[in-house]
Amino acid sequence: MRGAASLFPAILVLLLTALSQAQGTQSTTAPFSLISREGRRIIPTTVANGRELVALDDVASIFQISSREDTLAGGLTVTYRGRTIVVSTNQPLASVNGRAVSLSTPATRIGTRWSVPIDFFSGALSLVYDGRIELRRASRLLIVGDLRVPRVMARIDSAGPPTRATIEITPATRNSVVMEPGRLVIRLEADALEATIPRDGAGLIEQFRIGEQPTTVTIALADRAGPARAVPVEIDGITRFQIDVAPQLPTAETAAPTPAPVEALPPPVEVRSVLGTIVIDPGHGGEDIGVRSGNGSEEKALTLAVAQRVKALIESRLGIRVILTRDEDRGVGLDQRAATANNSKAGLFLSLHLNASPVATSAGAVVVHSRIDRGGGDRGIPEDDAVVLPVFGGTTRAVDLIRWDLAQARHADTSAAFAEILEEHLRTRVKMGARPRRELPLRVLTSVNMPAVLVEMAYLSNSDQARLAQSEAYQVNVAQSILDAVLQFRTYLEAREGR
Amino acid sequence: MTKRRAALMVAAVLVLVLAAWAVNRVLTRLTGVGPEADPIIAERSAPPTAIRHISATLFSGSKDGETLVPHQQEVVLAEGIVPQGREILLAQLERPTPPLVAVIPEGTTLRAFYVTDRGDAFVDLSTEVSSRHPGGSSAELLTVYAVVNAVTANLPTIRRVQILIDGREADTLAGHIDLRSPLEGDGSVVSKP
Repeated sequence: MRGAASLFPAILVLLLTALSQAQGTQSTTAPFSLISREGRRIIPTTVANGRELVALDDVASIFQISSREDTLAGGLTVTYRGRTIVVSTNQPLASVNGRAVSLSTPATRIGTRWSVPIDFFSGALSLVYDGRIELRRASRLLIVGDLRVPRVMARIDSAGPPTRATIEITPATRNSVVMEPGRLVIRLEADALEATIPRDGAGLIEQFRIGEQPTTVTIALADRAGPARAVPVEIDGITRFQIDVAPQLPTAETAAPTPAPVEALPPPVEVRSVLGTIVIDPGHGGEDIGVRSGNGSEEKALTLAVAQRVKALIESRLGIRVILTRDEDRGVGLDQRAATANNSKAGLFLSLHLNASPVATSAGAVVVHSRIDRGGGDRGIPEDDAVVLPVFGGTTRAVDLIRWDLAQARHADTSAAFAEILEEHLRTRVKMGARPRRELPLRVLTSVNMPAVLVEMAYLSNSDQARLAQSEAYQVNVAQSILDAVLQFRTYLEAREGR
Repeated sequence: MTKRRAALMVAAVLVLVLAAWAVNRVLTRLTGVGPEADPIIAERSAPPTAIRHISATLFSGSKDGETLVPHQQEVVLAEGIVPQGREILLAQLERPTPPLVAVIPEGTTLRAFYVTDRGDAFVDLSTEVSSRHPGGSSAELLTVYAVVNAVTANLPTIRRVQILIDGREADTLAGHIDLRSPLEGDGSVVSKP
């Protein structure tokens, strides 16, 4: 009897272990944050069979939903204000107002509670819900209601000193900057912030802190930091802060004449990170349709479609800012395209086009960079010229002048290098033309003051190629090739600059 | 007898008419007075036997559409660079014989051709060269250099050529090749015939 009693705890432990294993491969993960008018709450999630699930009991009161198992309907019925959603328990599907919605996994019973995948809220519940529901999976945010939750991205461009950093707010957001002892505080007119910031600072910036107050970005400065400033610029729907922190000024005892604080700061546009911004130029637009294929597809529409894919891909994967010279069907002059690129201080310009040939069988992609007449004459490489202009603070600054129609000349070698890289990557995914890389006097590239390349993605004059160029698969292949080429080009630039 | 005299009179009248026609032709040629017409067209419509020719190098698209192919063609011999340039360009604008491929849009005409003291030539083409162009940098490249090379290959004193459209400087024909400055002939777009 005593022996049996002593065995009881061991049996209990074994039973509990077996029970936990029987419940599958579930584990808990970092919770999601739910942001609503009522504030921020934590939603616990469980991973079962590789899928992230939320227990309906945990969010029933937040979303005002009720749920019950419905064997007749073959699933789980979720009701919100008299509107019903049936979530399948054996297929990753939900039925909303008779419409099938695909989910990442079926509703699952865990213990005594029913759980649904996290995308149930944005994919199914949002269709009957009175407010907006947005899932930002990467930042583990679930936003409920019409809230302003801009994305905040911070990076150190140069440790210095002086130290330079950039903070980008997307979409553009009204703001104010306050300089406090030991820190700069940027207040944003938003309901909450979604932040992607480096863990540690560098140089004279000790740390970036988000949300000391709900909608502020704080830049904590090192003890040896001197004057600091944050200058906001709004371009293409993004608010971009250039943060400059100068070292502490020498004290009166140790130094002779103290320069004005503004002099200690670097000029706001001369230092930039390698490939922080690139410009994608969807060729043609508006009345200028470009090439029209036999089946009626137009170059201007296809270049825009690919440009938007490239933008989304590069921004999400590489964190590089991408500016489009046009984001809708409108005419943009060739000089205006160059001006957009030059004004954005981008590190790369890529013009997207589709080709035509007098022969219907011509096929393949072609990469083109600008041909510069090195023999001099009207189109020779420009001599650098500089003028001295007065700047704020009563001093002067030398500014390089470059002839507008010769701006590309100084980037000829780097453009050629990127053309070669892009050709290599395109070749792995799409058919290349008989002359896959060319050097031509291209009008759109001549005034671009940065490495610049034009790519003819396929021949619209070839009916097979035209069908291909319209397909999602082909466009994805081209976009992916461009992404890979940009990544390699960034490495090439970093190696060249000895970073 | 009467019949014989009548036949002689008819023959004499015919000889006189023919002589008068011949004298009129000679005088017209010598004085240059004749019907109003486009001088270029007038020259080209003259009887071929009366005009000497040169063999000019013209450029058309290759069978695969990737390059220009040079080919020889008889072109009217003209006095001076400018008239000769006109003749060459008029021949260049004509449709080539297959398998050569046309690279200049159909309907394109030559409005003017002139040469500056610096040896730069200006080729003024009608708007069809742009409005009927299919687009695409490859096709545009062939069009531009068919014109430029036709001039530089046949008129050695001309170093560079600028294309005008409807009498005006143009940025491009179809959005790609820079036409704002005179272009030198380009052998890299030419393949062997």
